[in-house]
Amino acid sequence: MSSDTAVEYEVAQGRSKSFYPRFERKDELQHQTHYCPGCGHGVVHKMLARAIDELGIQDRTILVGPVGCSVFTYYYFDLGNVQAAHGRAPAVSTALKRSRPESIVISYQGDGDLSAIGAAEILHAANRGENITVIFVNNAIYSMTGGQAAPTTLLGQKSTTTPEGRSALGEGYPLHESELLATLEAPVYIERVGLGDNKQIAQAARAIRRAVENQVRGLGFSLVEVLSPCPTIWKMQPVEAQHWVRDVMEKTFPLGVLRDRTREAQPRPAPATPPALEEIPRLLGLEHGERLVKDERQVLNLAGNGSALKRTGERARAAEVDLEVRIAGFGGQGVLLLGEVLAEAGLESGLEVSWLPSYGPEMRSGTSNCHVRLASQSIDSPLVSAPGILVAMNEPSLRKFDRTVRPGGWVIYNGEEFPADCVRPDVRVVALPFTKIAHELGDARASNMIMLGVLLEIAGVLPDASVAAALRRLVRNPRWVELDERAMAGGRARYREMFAEVHA
Amino acid sequence: MRKQLMKGNEAIVKSAILAGCRAFYGYPITPASEITETAALYMPKCGGVFVQAESEVAAINMLYGASAAGVRAMTASSGPGISLMQEGISYMAGAELPCVIADVMRGGPGLGNINSEQGDYNQVVKGGGHGNYHTLVLAPHSVQEMADLTALAFELADRYRNPVFVLADGFVGQMMEPVEFPEQAVAAPTPHWAVTGTAETRSNVINSLHMGADELETHVLELEKKYRLAEQREARAEDWFTDDAEIVLVGYGIVGRILKAVTAEARAAGIKVGLLRPITLYPFPVERFRRLLPRAKLFVVVEMSNGQLLDDVRLALNGARPVEFLSRMGGNVPSHEDVYRFVRERAHALKTAAGAEEERLAHV
Ligand code: SF4
Ligand SMILES: [Mg+2]
Repeated sequence: MSSDTAVEYEVAQGRSKSFYPRFERKDELQHQTHYCPGCGHGVVHKMLARAIDELGIQDRTILVGPVGCSVFTYYYFDLGNVQAAHGRAPAVSTALKRSRPESIVISYQGDGDLSAIGAAEILHAANRGENITVIFVNNAIYSMTGGQAAPTTLLGQKSTTTPEGRSALGEGYPLHESELLATLEAPVYIERVGLGDNKQIAQAARAIRRAVENQVRGLGFSLVEVLSPCPTIWKMQPVEAQHWVRDVMEKTFPLGVLRDRTREAQPRPAPATPPALEEIPRLLGLEHGERLVKDERQVLNLAGNGSALKRTGERARAAEVDLEVRIAGFGGQGVLLLGEVLAEAGLESGLEVSWLPSYGPEMRSGTSNCHVRLASQSIDSPLVSAPGILVAMNEPSLRKFDRTVRPGGWVIYNGEEFPADCVRPDVRVVALPFTKIAHELGDARASNMIMLGVLLEIAGVLPDASVAAALRRLVRNPRWVELDERAMAGGRARYREMFAEVHA
Repeated sequence: MRKQLMKGNEAIVKSAILAGCRAFYGYPITPASEITETAALYMPKCGGVFVQAESEVAAINMLYGASAAGVRAMTASSGPGISLMQEGISYMAGAELPCVIADVMRGGPGLGNINSEQGDYNQVVKGGGHGNYHTLVLAPHSVQEMADLTALAFELADRYRNPVFVLADGFVGQMMEPVEFPEQAVAAPTPHWAVTGTAETRSNVINSLHMGADELETHVLELEKKYRLAEQREARAEDWFTDDAEIVLVGYGIVGRILKAVTAEARAAGIKVGLLRPITLYPFPVERFRRLLPRAKLFVVVEMSNGQLLDDVRLALNGARPVEFLSRMGGNVPSHEDVYRFVRERAHALKTAAGAEEERLAHV
């Protein structure tokens, strides 16, 4: 064992094609790297470059560089280069590979980068089985920032942030990242190698080549952890540092193959051919064709009861239809769907429409409400603070919104008895046990559509065909369409019975 | 194409795919989750990549990778998630990588709540990450604009090689309105600087590291040139009855809609009110404010945050006119009734002041 190992290795290989002949991105000393004498990075770089040369993939390879001493990989490697944020190389690599499946993506990381700040990114890239190659250079320390403790720092090892040496009590135990990743199902190949002596170095070169080759074969996630000397921060001579890898570091991080499914792994299928551009609108469900009602006047002629529903007073404009509805109830009562059918029918009728739901925990806690506007003019605000029609599917909803109903407006209330204290002289009420009526019709869940039937009668502006088309668009199950249509018809009939004399 | 009723959050994704976006990386968060869900549904069908990332940190770095590979890419999130993405956004601005980020704002700070708010203004418009950069910011106020501005965002991102935000709020994201899309999908060409794993792109490098002081300063000055150009060319705003407006309301997103209702009501009452609605928040439409100075006596900023837009309006006006401020937060919305009352009072005060001035002059 001698300090020449790396040198001999270098001489044996000559300069790799995958290195630049001169490091022109570097501002000085362009014939040599920035690495310290005896640093493991130089050796690992050579192994990687050689593997790329041998596999004939230089043009296809994208190297993702980390933050740390090896931040300047793009100075040296004559490859497509992408420099990543600290710890994020596996996320960056994931996307490069997914968008460019023909490329070979190599994520090069140090131990602070990969096992501390990037712990989540490496874990999840490995767990997704990304078809990338990760070279993980572990020197048990943060080198570039001057020697702070890393998750991989050995017990007792001194660093600038563990001046008395790492203690299990204070900093926990050295993190065995490779063992951790080897508990996952997806990775194909994980091996820990070292640069502690000639034999180790030869094995490291083989492992790196395998990890790259696996990707070329499309097998999946491969990672090689390289125990690597950092003489500068370890404050050792290069030879001493190399021996420390073999004699000390290896005791904590035993070398060997931790996962090898190279033989069983099936090459990933080639990505499907993307659809033609002309296909995209259809694939997005965007429809060609016309609305049912092309002539708005058809709608306006129906605007019989409209006066109660128009904005009054100073806000009144030339609008023929200006319907503002608030619908509220418990989750599961079909509050949002009622609103959607109404809005969709409005759109189908050539009106401007908006639908605004309440959302989030408010819904999960069991209540739900939405704002719907239908208007012949463009809608300024989709928020309905003073509805012309309030649909209250239960008493709490009624009490929450009843005071907001505009004078001359309507309340459609689900309940036998309309609470006496909610009665207003300037608001008309349709109070019926809609849930019970729906149950008699066949399903209590159709109560929302009965209420919609009442609402449509009050509003009087939407052609039946528009409503039918809207329902079919939103309710896919034909059984439900049939039930909902019956429910709506039932609602309309109830309204007409109640207000027969008014219309007579 | 037929107008379809659709949520803003859904329109964003469909518009993005039509605009050539073929990579979406996201992490769920209310009220932006439908964007991620919609992307999960459509992106693979349309030949794109969808990955639900392990965090917003990962998601934005995946965007970095996709963009480096020369693909139009986007993500979506809300306040807390955008905070986590700031590091990656700074890297992308530094590395000059285009991408589109939709922020459907919710309440903050901290976990805040999931109601609609506009408190992300500063962290998005002022560039919440580290270093000397800007993001371009588009602020839709309708579902149609969610679609249109998303398509524009991809254009701008590529044109300036810079992240572009679509800054929406919970309301605009969650509401449904009719929306119309272009008939044709476009194919985004692969930019020449991308690293795609080919011989032609082998010499390309994507990087935000510049070791020398002069080198980094030069780089930042180059970025600044782009931002000046964007300021000249890309500022957008909507004028709504501002021609003769003495009181100019200012608000974006859902507030813009409310202010339109207020304007209608005030106009009906004979008050000369208009709305200037910034559509780009960076670049801020400074000139559009200056243009209104001859007639405008007062500007009223309405926002669902604590005076974040207000600062930019004050900077734009540079003291030329008084600026008043009305805000609701936490998920409360400035109702058009409240704003109208506020406006009526100010209009009355202006009239009284003008009357007193006339009287004073008459006695001189
Ligand atoms: S500090 Fe250590 S890791 Fe960094 S270049 Fe020097 S020897 Fe290599
Ligand atoms: Mg290290």
